[in-house]
Amino acid sequence: MSRSVDIALQVNGEDVKATVQSRLNLVDFLRNELGLTGSHVGCEHGVCGACTIIVDGDTVRGCLMLAAQANGKEVMTIEGLADSGKSTALQAAFTKRNALQCGFCTPGMLASAIGYIDAGGDANREAIRQHISGNYCRCTGYQSIVDAICDVIEEART
Amino acid sequence: MKAPDFDYLRPSNLDEALGMMADSQGDTMPLAGGQSLMPMMNFRIAAPDALIDLADVAEMRGITHEYDSIKIGAMTSYTQLMSDPIVSAKIPLFGLAIPHIAHDAIRNRGTIGGSLALADPAAEMPALMLTLDATIEVAGKTGPRKIKADDFFLGYFDTALEEDELIVAIHIPTPNSDHQFGFHELTQRHGDYALAGVAIAVSNNSYRVALFGVADRAIRVPMVEAELARGGNTKAVLDNLKDIEFSSDLKANGTTRQRLAKVALARAIERMTL
Repeated sequence: MSRSVDIALQVNGEDVKATVQSRLNLVDFLRNELGLTGSHVGCEHGVCGACTIIVDGDTVRGCLMLAAQANGKEVMTIEGLADSGKSTALQAAFTKRNALQCGFCTPGMLASAIGYIDAGGDANREAIRQHISGNYCRCTGYQSIVDAICDVIEEART
Repeated sequence: MKAPDFDYLRPSNLDEALGMMADSQGDTMPLAGGQSLMPMMNFRIAAPDALIDLADVAEMRGITHEYDSIKIGAMTSYTQLMSDPIVSAKIPLFGLAIPHIAHDAIRNRGTIGGSLALADPAAEMPALMLTLDATIEVAGKTGPRKIKADDFFLGYFDTALEEDELIVAIHIPTPNSDHQFGFHELTQRHGDYALAGVAIAVSNNSYRVALFGVADRAIRVPMVEAELARGGNTKAVLDNLKDIEFSSDLKANGTTRQRLAKVALARAIERMTL
């Protein structure tokens, strides 16, 4: 039994080993121990979506997963998505459409949008609204975010 | 907030997990997907001394079609349920219900076993188990046993599970080809917990109807089932809902919930799969 755990995982393609407190959330590990502050911490109970990251190809809430549970997993944060070019088109569309103001929700919003696009989601406003309903934005009113996601899907098809 | 400190245990198989459950002292909790437990710990509503992470317990994984039933491992996530070809083909009720559970990122981690063990009165899975006549396979220090869904949910966040027991799998009788399903849920916003919801299964004019979000647990409504089988008019069916003790809280009082339950039931009947 231990209140700390040894973990080995991959973060944005790089191997990481660490000894972490049992209670440490994955998003706090990424931010505070690895310095990857692109993932934001909002509500800390899975409602706001600001900490959404990608683990083994699936979007998850970084605040609802322990760092200990990420042992052996591949984690992708907004830093990795941006560096690999995975989020480039979305970032450009968000800028063009004014889909962010303060930007606090944006990293999580981009991760969720990538989840939607990777799953083959259509440029259907209602479906996109439903998909991002777990990501709160207090600035934009969402319309421009939906516009940006639609743009990326439509551009990829033409 | 952050969760209070705890010991983190990670058994590599079911025997080891059951041993840890039996040996545990103080408040030890099994950790499945953690999508309810982690928020409860962050809010400090739950403060376990130790967590037993079931992630590596292979006995709790996988979906298999057995002779006359479908076995679903307790650690199966909602996303895995949605994408499973056996489940999609045989039990379309899951496909109707799961999109209502929170959001994609939550459904990627949340598990069916975790939802049943928690027994949140507003959760979808307990109602589905009642509707599908599921049997819940559990294991503990006295050995394995099977509990019918009808006998599993005892009250508000309360189940027939003993302290040392874990849910291993769920067995659902394979629906007949004439089986039809209905589902409807009313929430304030998409992904919120249900204010009122209903799941229906019918085969050979035999109905199973369960409501969730309206009382201390997911409940079957035998009077509605009987009325539907009789082919009674929907109005009479809806009036039978008077016999339920509807719960009141800050989101909705009992009268509102009763009204919403009637609406959900009417819509679920209207939109039954054919």
